[in-house]
Amino acid sequence: MHIVVCIKQVPDSAQIRVHPVTNTIMRQGVPAIVNPYDLFALEEALRLKDRHGGRVTVLTMGPPQAEDALRKCLTFGADEAILVTDRAFAGADTLATSYALAAAIRNIDRDAAVDLVFTGKQTIDGDTAQVGPGIAKRLDLQLLTYVSRVEQVDIAQRRLRVQRRAEGGVQVLETRLPCLITMLEGTNEMRFASMDNMFRAARCAVRIWDREAAGISDVSKIGLKGSPTVVSKVFAPQARARRAELIEAEGDAPRDLALTLINKLFTRNPKLRDAIVAQPS
Amino acid sequence: MAEKFDAIVVGAGPSGNAAAYTLARGGLKVLQIERGEYPGSKNVQGAILYADALERIIPDFREDAPLERHVIEQRMWMLDDSSYIGTHYRSADFDQPPYNRYTIIRAEFDKWFARKVRQAGALLITETTVRDLLLDGERVIGVQTDREGGAIYADVVVLADGVNSLLARKAGFRPELNPADVALAVKEIHFLPTETIEARFNLSGDAGVVIEMFGKITQGMMGTGFLYTNKESLTIGVGCMLSDFKSQKMTPSQLLENMKSHPSIAPLIAGGEMKEYAAHLIPEGGYNAVPKIAGEGWVIVGDSGMFVNAVHREGSNLAMTSGRLAAETLLELAQARLPYTARNLARYRRKLDESFVMKDLKKYRRLPSVFHRNPQFFTAYPELLSQAAQTLLRVDGEDKKSKERAIRRSFVARRSRFGLLGDAFKMWRAFE
Repeated sequence: MHIVVCIKQVPDSAQIRVHPVTNTIMRQGVPAIVNPYDLFALEEALRLKDRHGGRVTVLTMGPPQAEDALRKCLTFGADEAILVTDRAFAGADTLATSYALAAAIRNIDRDAAVDLVFTGKQTIDGDTAQVGPGIAKRLDLQLLTYVSRVEQVDIAQRRLRVQRRAEGGVQVLETRLPCLITMLEGTNEMRFASMDNMFRAARCAVRIWDREAAGISDVSKIGLKGSPTVVSKVFAPQARARRAELIEAEGDAPRDLALTLINKLFTRNPKLRDAIVAQPS
Repeated sequence: MAEKFDAIVVGAGPSGNAAAYTLARGGLKVLQIERGEYPGSKNVQGAILYADALERIIPDFREDAPLERHVIEQRMWMLDDSSYIGTHYRSADFDQPPYNRYTIIRAEFDKWFARKVRQAGALLITETTVRDLLLDGERVIGVQTDREGGAIYADVVVLADGVNSLLARKAGFRPELNPADVALAVKEIHFLPTETIEARFNLSGDAGVVIEMFGKITQGMMGTGFLYTNKESLTIGVGCMLSDFKSQKMTPSQLLENMKSHPSIAPLIAGGEMKEYAAHLIPEGGYNAVPKIAGEGWVIVGDSGMFVNAVHREGSNLAMTSGRLAAETLLELAQARLPYTARNLARYRRKLDESFVMKDLKKYRRLPSVFHRNPQFFTAYPELLSQAAQTLLRVDGEDKKSKERAIRRSFVARRSRFGLLGDAFKMWRAFE
């Protein structure tokens, strides 16, 4: 079984600050990490590999330093890593990104047929959850989003069953391969790499594909040109001055609750009381 | 089959990087193991980079190293509760390249240094802790890491694992740290716009200012404070001997908070947004605390060897130099096909003795005990000097001669004639 895991190097959003003067996002000094959901996806893929054999390829599109993120994935046991990087990809939104990644996966598929593609449910810097579904659509793959666990894969029948978190419960869904899964934070704990894997990852060459190597000829579909999304404004939300307040009421009866609320309103705003009392009934 | 290397370097700080880089450039098969997520993720320093020590390892480092500002002005402040008295030295000569000292952000700098090490050919493994040294009798033959299949062998192990050096302690190469030999320092990085920093410190371009402070900010404890200008931030911190914190039941963060509200310091950092908080131990035991630094198949470099000049706030340059000298020793032995025995590795100690590292440590060998036993240098004298300056400068109808008499009297009243003489002698002994 050949599994491709799409990952993204993201700034650790817990450590991002907004520039107090210019209001722009300060990335300087913020550590880059592998998008946490993508790591759950990778772990699920590695577990499938442990059970059924095969290989795991990690793929990312990003700047040259995204190689660090790929190398990290190699330490966990991924077999191969591909970085799609080219100035032409700069400024890509989710539409252009899914176009480029889909092209790269098509390229990978030509070498060794891809049975499964994993992505995280979303990245923590963009929060759109659009790239995974975008890739599935472009490659005509079955799509399962918000998956918490892959229950079973039947390679002979080319079928797979997953648990998908939905509102109010868990759905158990089955579909056929090839398919794309976007992973939630599952119950899987990330593995601790062996020394051998650490050595292999440190020595393994990450494959670098530019636009042409990724098999993309139409430059109007990638980067800024291929991105209809326009960022019109970036701003830091203002902290609210007002505070929430927990109001304790005596008794559970609707009347008591209503009275407590009304009293509260009147103590806060005596003018309101006068206005209401002054109204002719 | 377990891997075998020519040398294993434990740690990717300044000393480990200097050693690994030099060894790899010398053609040895080098493995470097770092506990942190990436080199620099756990490393803490003020931080000033001394160009000379790095230049001797990577001559063209200025081309791509992440440097913040080159230092053109050094201030030395002695503080009491409301004032500072001190010296400022600013020179246009320091503004001429090649610059001599830089402020740096260690997380960025160490990442760069580690990249250079990898480019030189060393293999770097991160997020991996060396638990034990592998021994064959007396001889170190490798390391045991915390990962599956974690035994790795080498002809020599370079211990660059920092001030705590658990490995050296565990193997019995070094005694337990003495709280009177280590300082505990805390620092914060405050974001401030470049323009604000330039205006506050009268700077332009990449020039920077360093302020070293001592006096009542350490509340009688032996220690110093500092404030450094970075490109878009200020680093402010304070450190005191661990034993003093313990006996005074004072927390470092409390000390730093007090220091930040000092009327001479508060306006310099006003409006900043704290970006980073870090704390670290600094080995300040000096010459007498330097342990055995080489044995059968092992050498100690950097903080682990106590190579810090507390007086001049130098450490990273001593670390880099010790790493380089250890590596050069190993390369010489390798070239001569001599084994890494304790006897052969004694060359490393001789190289260090001949360098500024040991010479400086030796010069100040009495200083830690002098200052430790005489807190008046941190409390009484800053106050006396500040009062003296104020008495002289305040114009209030009193004649100058009377003022001078009053100043003299204040010194004698506080320290006595004999005490003043003794203090002068102690200072001379400490800095001799």
